[in-house]
Amino acid sequence: MQLRERAHARTGDKGNISQISVIARDPGDYAWLAEHVTAARVKAHLAATGAERVERYELPGLGALNFVLHGALAGGVTRSLALDAHGKCLGAVLLELEVPEISSLCV
Amino acid sequence: MRTLRIGSGAGYSGDRIEPAVELAEQGRLDYLGFECLAERTIALAQSERLRDPQAGFDPLLVARMRAVLRPCAASGVRIITNMGAANPLGAARAVAEVARELGLGGIKIAAVSGDDVLGALAGGDYRLLERPGTVADLGDRVVSANAYMGLGGILEGLRGGADVVVTGRVGDPALFLAPLVYEFGWALDDWDRLGRGTVVGHLLECAGQITGGYFADPGYKDVPDLARLGFPIAEVAEDGSAVITKVEGSGGRVSLASCKEQLLYELLDPASYLQPDVTADFSGVRFEEVGPDRVAVSGGTGRARPDTLKVSVGYRDSFAGEGQMSYAGPGCVARARLALDIVRERLRLTGVAMTEARFELIGVDAVRRGGDPGFTPDLPEVRIRVAGRTDSMAEAVRIGNEVESLYTNGPAGGGGAWKAAREIVAVVSTLLPQHRAQPAVQFEVA
Repeated sequence: MQLRERAHARTGDKGNISQISVIARDPGDYAWLAEHVTAARVKAHLAATGAERVERYELPGLGALNFVLHGALAGGVTRSLALDAHGKCLGAVLLELEVPEISSLCV
Repeated sequence: MRTLRIGSGAGYSGDRIEPAVELAEQGRLDYLGFECLAERTIALAQSERLRDPQAGFDPLLVARMRAVLRPCAASGVRIITNMGAANPLGAARAVAEVARELGLGGIKIAAVSGDDVLGALAGGDYRLLERPGTVADLGDRVVSANAYMGLGGILEGLRGGADVVVTGRVGDPALFLAPLVYEFGWALDDWDRLGRGTVVGHLLECAGQITGGYFADPGYKDVPDLARLGFPIAEVAEDGSAVITKVEGSGGRVSLASCKEQLLYELLDPASYLQPDVTADFSGVRFEEVGPDRVAVSGGTGRARPDTLKVSVGYRDSFAGEGQMSYAGPGCVARARLALDIVRERLRLTGVAMTEARFELIGVDAVRRGGDPGFTPDLPEVRIRVAGRTDSMAEAVRIGNEVESLYTNGPAGGGGAWKAAREIVAVVSTLLPQHRAQPAVQFEVA
């Protein structure tokens, strides 16, 4: 299934950095989210951005992960030639990520 | 227990005007903040001010003040905004004029400046944060340098009895943190309270983005009545904990999910949100739904403020040219790809020197920033986009021209050509020791 079924996202920008929060709809899914939505998978899924490095910050209390994609915005909003210079659409693109169903046996 | 009610009347320069009027009239507010100054705006405003010394503040300042000054004056709501941009004093005078027009003589306006640090940077060795090199390397291309100032100037304005405080560049959350410090008498080294106040400011600064704006996803995240979106109110307690809500009956929805999205918005390390007044830690923040459209927030903390201020340096970077054209019907994607190939070759044949270029299909791979060039989905319509960076305006103009001339020279059925060329004023950052930038406050009385 797509990540969208279990999580929502919002994208922000800081200079040439794109920042994407991925938040579990049900905070109980946090461990599953953290297992399957890794920095490496996010970097691979958004490879077209050319991000050099992806960091992941964990927020178990909110059931959320925060991804920081360095070098992802083609020079940043003030310089970029991209149609979506802020990269605002990238969070929704990330929600396409294929993730396994949550097994009922997995607590 | 005493709480302070702070509303957020705009989340960016072009934001809707009526939600702030609704807040001023029905929000039972103590303060109304407007965050309207994006990273590059101040660089562009600086260029405007060079052309016209009276200009350089937010173009919607007068319209917003005309809309909210009367209800704010009627219920004693104080206004704090960064709409001063590159000319806070000019903005304060404009506000005074609006007040007089409205028959609101006596209103006091504080202009907070001091963020213009172009002079302070001169001759120094200030390294750029985003890339190798120093500010000096940018030479005479630099058009502006503005430090993200702390709450000190706003505080001075409030202490001086200002009804309206108009600033240039300040840390966005400072617009909302300053009234908390002023009203509750928080110490300027009470890091945890300043951290919690920064959480509140961060949640408010994008206005509708916490009340259901920028959130709806039909069938997944539904939000009622977005055309009448209500902007947020924070009811803040003396310890910095708060409830986020909005005017009853307004559109939108304040939910746990909308609050979480806004808390993390534009945050890098959540444990270390660097602001001029405090290093805020959002990692322990918790939300709790305490009623309809009421979400309680607690758990923020803070540590000592950084020794340096972030400075945005605006400079003339390059020129950009762009052209777009649409194709529809059977085979439209193949015709659009042919069109891109033709433009690519034309730009080469005619010697348009580009240092960077994008050839893309809107509807296929544009905002996604790339994809398989052989991907030819069966779409009802598609739009080509060519954008390139050049060293001159003349060359930038030729990019859009080559797209437009597809009308009579390109594939069948191209329509809706559009072209543009512009100079790019870009922004880079550096750090300046805190003591090198001091706020300056001047008062205007209507």
